[in-house]
Amino acid sequence: MNRPGPAVVPRIAPKARLQRDEVRDREVLLYPEGLVALNETGSAILNLCDGTRSVAEIVQALKQRYGAEGIEGDVTAFLDGLAAKGLVTYAPPAPPSYPPTPSAPPR
Amino acid sequence: MVPKPLWLLAELTYRCPLQCPYCSNPLDFAGARFKRELATEEWCRVFREARALGVLQLGLSGGEPLLRPDLETLVATAHELGLYSSLITSAYRLSKDRLAALKQAGLDHVQISVQAADAGLSDHIAGTASYRDKIAAYRYTRELGFPLTVNVVLHRTNLHQVEAMIRLAESLGAERIELANTQFYGWAFHNRDALMPTKAQLDAAWEVVQRERARLGNKLEIVWVLPDYHEQYPKPCMGGWGRAYMTVTPGGEVWPCHAAGRITTLEFANVRDHPLEWIWSESEAFNRFRGDAWMPEPCRSCPRKTVDFGGCRCQAFLVAGDAGVTDPVCSLSPQRRLVDEAVAAAERAAAAAEPPAEWAYRAAPASRAIAAKG
Repeated sequence: MNRPGPAVVPRIAPKARLQRDEVRDREVLLYPEGLVALNETGSAILNLCDGTRSVAEIVQALKQRYGAEGIEGDVTAFLDGLAAKGLVTYAPPAPPSYPPTPSAPPR
Repeated sequence: MVPKPLWLLAELTYRCPLQCPYCSNPLDFAGARFKRELATEEWCRVFREARALGVLQLGLSGGEPLLRPDLETLVATAHELGLYSSLITSAYRLSKDRLAALKQAGLDHVQISVQAADAGLSDHIAGTASYRDKIAAYRYTRELGFPLTVNVVLHRTNLHQVEAMIRLAESLGAERIELANTQFYGWAFHNRDALMPTKAQLDAAWEVVQRERARLGNKLEIVWVLPDYHEQYPKPCMGGWGRAYMTVTPGGEVWPCHAAGRITTLEFANVRDHPLEWIWSESEAFNRFRGDAWMPEPCRSCPRKTVDFGGCRCQAFLVAGDAGVTDPVCSLSPQRRLVDEAVAAAERAAAAAEPPAEWAYRAAPASRAIAAKG
């Protein structure tokens, strides 16, 4: 499988669910018979996986929030790891909106 | 410091339309000890208390949990609490409407057993004609968008079908198939001679699993639960006693695993008498084998004690007669010969082409007779 590029849109798989774990003061990703404990960065990434943002947009949002640079590799590796377990799915990048918004016909 | 639990197995009832001879339920499930089932509000309180303790994964099991008419209410409560809920069912007479209602209530995942890859053998092992319902329910599960686990308990009579089982799960669009070699507790221990596989059977099945894993990649997860009598070291049972896991029985007793009730040298507290927090943290039964201070040799000085936690306390009790000794499955255990003898008996019977011993089906009359004998 080709590695997905920065334009793909990651989404948490239907079988998985983000859940606040108050007792241990963290978030976890729950799935059948298991869970992934998330650190702050993992949480931030998955909370940005809303089915509309691309990987590039998620990286951009994290850069703005934390002022971090060079995080693209880490974000991609984290998401790829979850995708390998079937906990994240990638959708192709959204096509440009079509048909283009009609403008008033020239007279 | 007392660890926090992550898993709760709620055994909602021991009533079950199936009669599988390897059932992990207690032999005396139909006796007085388990007679009075927890009411809806009691279960909801247990779920709330479990969540406050740190539990995130909830298994709704039995017996057959579908026999509880309040299952939808229990699922809805679990969902409100943020628990990830799995229904562990035989799917006997499960309608699509009921499954849809459970989905609506917030159920997260469905695990449906099947006893073999074809109707004839599956119904024979279950002791109840149920295969057709199961296949229908698998389809409903997928149509309703649930993640699906197909569960098969493996033993001498169905191990030759492992490839067909995997193909079945694949054709049903399951996410996971759990190929669980029989663990010898409850009815399975009672029927051990009939269920014990041969080494050749296990090797052949394991080869199929490896081949099919390579073929399927992450399309279908194949879980292989080790046949521990045939292993060199014990399993890290429940990830350690009182460490992450608890079972609440239909009548409200709380056990560190679903087989622990058989250990007659321990007294188990009941949620009717105590808060779950006290039972988990303070009760004698949960503390008895927590950590490693209880360990005798050869565990005490063994580097593997942090890997397998001394193995399974229930197995030590059942096989060696003492819950406080090394799991006799361990090749370092002085009682390993008891396990070797059970394995060797199966090999001898197979070599002599004897038919396997007859099993006793898990059924209420047999259970009451066993309970009466004590």
